[in-house]
Amino acid sequence: MMSAEHMKKYPIGNLQPDVESLLAWNEVAPADFELASAEEKKNFIAQRESVSYWADAWRRLKKNRVAMVALGVLGLLLLFAFAGPFFIPYAYDETSKTAGNLYYYHYTLEEQAAIEEAMEAAKSAGRRDASQKSIARELGISAKPFGYSVQELERIAAGEAVFPHILGTDTLGRDILVRVMVGTRMSMVIGVCAALIVLLIGATYGAVSGYAGGRVDTVMMRIVELIYSIPEILVVLLLVTSLKPIIDDYLLYHPETGIAKFIAVIGPSILSIFIAFGLMYWVSMSRIIRGQVLQLKQQEYITAARALGASGGRIIRRHLLPNCIGQIVVTTCLQIPSAIFLESFLSFLGLGVSAPLTSLGSMASDALNGIYTYTYRLLVPAVVLSVMILSFNLFGDGLRDALDPRLKK
Amino acid sequence: MNDKKLLEVKDLKVSFFTPAGEVKAVGGITYDLNNGEIMGIVGESGSGKSVEAYSILGLLQSPGKVIGGSVTFEGEDVLAFDKRKMESFRGNKVSMIFQNPMTSLNPVYTVGNQLIEALRTHNRTISRAQAGQRAVEMLKLVGINNPEKRMKQYPHEFSGGMRQRVMIAMGLICSPRLLIADEPTTALDVTIQAQILELMKDIQSKTHMAIIFITHNLGVVAEICDKVSVMYAGKIVEQGSVNDIFYSPGHPYTLGLLRSMPRVDAQEYERLIPIEGTPVDMLNPPEGCPFAPRCQQCMKLCLQKMPPYVELGGGHRAACWLRVQEQVNGVDTAGRADSGEADSHA
Amino acid sequence: MGRFFVKRVLMACMTVLLVAVVTFFLMNAIPGNPWLSEKTPPQATIDALNAKYGLDQPLPVQLAKYLGNVLRGDFGVSIKMMKNYPVRNIILEMFPVSARIGIIALIWAVLAGIPLGCLAAYHRGKAADSILRVVSTLGVATPQFVIAVVFMVLFTMGGVFPILPNTFDLANWQSYLLPCFALGLYPMCYTARQTRSSMLDALGQDYIRTARAKGLPVGRIIFKHALRNALIPVITYLGPLTAFVLSGGFVVEKVFSVPGLGRYFTQSILNRDYPVIMGTTIFLATFIIVMNLVVDILYRVVDPRIDIAKGGN
Repeated sequence: MMSAEHMKKYPIGNLQPDVESLLAWNEVAPADFELASAEEKKNFIAQRESVSYWADAWRRLKKNRVAMVALGVLGLLLLFAFAGPFFIPYAYDETSKTAGNLYYYHYTLEEQAAIEEAMEAAKSAGRRDASQKSIARELGISAKPFGYSVQELERIAAGEAVFPHILGTDTLGRDILVRVMVGTRMSMVIGVCAALIVLLIGATYGAVSGYAGGRVDTVMMRIVELIYSIPEILVVLLLVTSLKPIIDDYLLYHPETGIAKFIAVIGPSILSIFIAFGLMYWVSMSRIIRGQVLQLKQQEYITAARALGASGGRIIRRHLLPNCIGQIVVTTCLQIPSAIFLESFLSFLGLGVSAPLTSLGSMASDALNGIYTYTYRLLVPAVVLSVMILSFNLFGDGLRDALDPRLKK
Repeated sequence: MNDKKLLEVKDLKVSFFTPAGEVKAVGGITYDLNNGEIMGIVGESGSGKSVEAYSILGLLQSPGKVIGGSVTFEGEDVLAFDKRKMESFRGNKVSMIFQNPMTSLNPVYTVGNQLIEALRTHNRTISRAQAGQRAVEMLKLVGINNPEKRMKQYPHEFSGGMRQRVMIAMGLICSPRLLIADEPTTALDVTIQAQILELMKDIQSKTHMAIIFITHNLGVVAEICDKVSVMYAGKIVEQGSVNDIFYSPGHPYTLGLLRSMPRVDAQEYERLIPIEGTPVDMLNPPEGCPFAPRCQQCMKLCLQKMPPYVELGGGHRAACWLRVQEQVNGVDTAGRADSGEADSHA
Repeated sequence: MGRFFVKRVLMACMTVLLVAVVTFFLMNAIPGNPWLSEKTPPQATIDALNAKYGLDQPLPVQLAKYLGNVLRGDFGVSIKMMKNYPVRNIILEMFPVSARIGIIALIWAVLAGIPLGCLAAYHRGKAADSILRVVSTLGVATPQFVIAVVFMVLFTMGGVFPILPNTFDLANWQSYLLPCFALGLYPMCYTARQTRSSMLDALGQDYIRTARAKGLPVGRIIFKHALRNALIPVITYLGPLTAFVLSGGFVVEKVFSVPGLGRYFTQSILNRDYPVIMGTTIFLATFIIVMNLVVDILYRVVDPRIDIAKGGN
């Protein structure tokens, strides 16, 4: 009866009397005029499935392409940092007198000889600007990938299989690729652990403060305000400077205790970074946790006031608690790149991890000397570091958007 | 009195193209307004009443879009206005005031600054001093004491009711032919509400401008409006004069609204009868009458097909199968009492 | 205004005090005597040091003496890098260089960041916005030394486009370009991001809807109504930005060999020149805390909504 063309002729807003449909009454069965049952009315409304909070958030996260790509990159970096070194037969601290300062490319032994000759010739001819590269170009020799020292090339010529220095070596002959991998591992571990420490301290403090309420809460929050207004970087620098010798001293005089063994494993410099970061950066986390605890408390009073019994509380736990956890996860995730940032800052200034341990920041700092000739030595760890921080940030942002889309701008 | 209609809205359709799908906020509404008439648009939140008003002034922002119909003001096609024309139209020929006076004024500029700005945008020739005077007059008109001093004050120094008065002053300062008031009293106390309504009635009687009054409160409608359109789920389900709507409502939704209103003269034991159910999901509007699941007199037919309009006399019409049934069966549709068939299934 | 002002100043003073105390105790917790260099100085020097700092007295007394000296501007003398040279003089000589670079960096960051942020907000969702967001995300995530070094390699003598000098010379304006640029990049990206979200926030407010309904032209709406509101929060960013610029300065000064306080400070840490470390820390911390205080007060003065007399908020 109400076909499409019919509707077009008589749109609902039309003021013309709908004669045709009035006349077509005969087609309508008398049963149609019976009252509809409640059942039928319910089925009328197409129910949209209610999805759980986590499934909904995961769906949103998956749709966020940037965040997914960032996650993928982080996964690759993880593999690179932890699985990578197994594929390279060089240790990160394995020095070599003969394989120092190799580039990421090399020339064969014959080519090297030819270049030497040409360079001698050029020098005696008075040309000052002859460098290895320019001569090679003149001779039409192209560089082969990967770095090999002269001794290694000789061993290859003798039939031995030698694993290449894919990115060359540093001044002491240590393979750069392996060091980048280990440095990445160091930065990631420091970042995650520091974030967890901050979470622990901040969450405990904030939860206690929020739960206690009243005077205790006010005093604790005043302390937070005070610490918040201290410039963190300066104090972190101070802490790192002073803690290292203190810890060293402790190790020296009390080497048998369990703590000393623990410290010996992670190293005094890393421990001091953890302590410094933990002492200064827990503040924002504590505020967030306290806010959530206060919210929870409010809900409990409301539930108690209502005469509904357990069901009210359960519903609130199903909605409120996931939101709390969501916030905590996001904040912790976003602390990781700040920790890595801070560690690289310290290491670059020479105050972070100490030799022979390496981190991306200290590699960059070491490379500063030969910056014009061996530029890539600084660029590679710098790029890896930047990509890592960026990915953590993007993923953290994506996580935040997924868990609380209201905040999205 | 001008015979030409001031505003004609024909089959206006507005949709919001969200990532979740197309939300058909307004599904084709038609009404018109004459000079000096006060029309009320009634409906719940989500019924589309504000959206259609925004489209008159081109205030819709993406993802909202007008996808059909026409809006004609004094003979001109408003939807076809370019940016320039629209800017000179807004605030000048047609003004709009909004629901939350607390946030509708810019907090960093004085009230006087904002009033003068409203005037000088549309009147380039007037000097600042003259504009200032006119602003003071307007403030007096809307009942703000000490207008010269108040002009120099910031919005946060005014109370909610006062801010709404300022908004009204700002809306009227260019003497528009039509004022659209989007729930102007909803955010205010009841006593202030009454004052604002009195003010609007007073101004309207002086200026003879037309008003579209959007609200969900039937009491307000009864107070100030000449005619009423009742909206549900993006469609006008009933239209008519105030008397028609209140004394012989033709649509079960209107009836439901009337019965759920607390009344001063009600007996103590009479309970409010709310409308059961929840509003329609506008993403997937179902076939059939959108009000059907909540209707006490819902028939099987109502679930299947959208009812057409039925003229109930004197410009009063309703879109309901019950009325269609009556008309076909020859029942006198005009002057029905609101009790009777309705109560038998309560 | 009075009560609020007093409260904040008191808080700032307490914070400075806290920093000084913490600094003192940390330095003194280091095993070995920090005040003496490796070689044992002559007895006269030891006596003088003892007299000045009361090194044989209990710690709280030493602290009091030290704080007393600090209040008089006496931070002691350098014991490693410039033997016996007053720390105060070191600070007064080197800080202006760092300050100059820092201020230039901050100015360009704000002057560039705000318009870019507005642009991104206005073109939200379109190409300009996406590009700006990508660039500013990169700028914020990349560690400062990476940016500094990349630009140094690109643009200084010996690099790819050798157009700028690679040793820093106070008199040569060209040598300021790269350090200031590198230092200001993070603040610029940060400012652009914050301005963008602040503008978006402002543009979504009800009073913008009113302005549109009044028939105001788009330009007026953005520049008169939205921007003024959006810029107010920008003042609050200046506080943390100063801290960024300060710490970023350490890195930039190292990379470009700028003879500023930051570079000297990091060297003093490596060299264990404790009086310099302490003095510089306290000085820089005080500077940042004062800046934060100024910014906080300025913010409340500029926003007409905030009733200062009632104590802000």
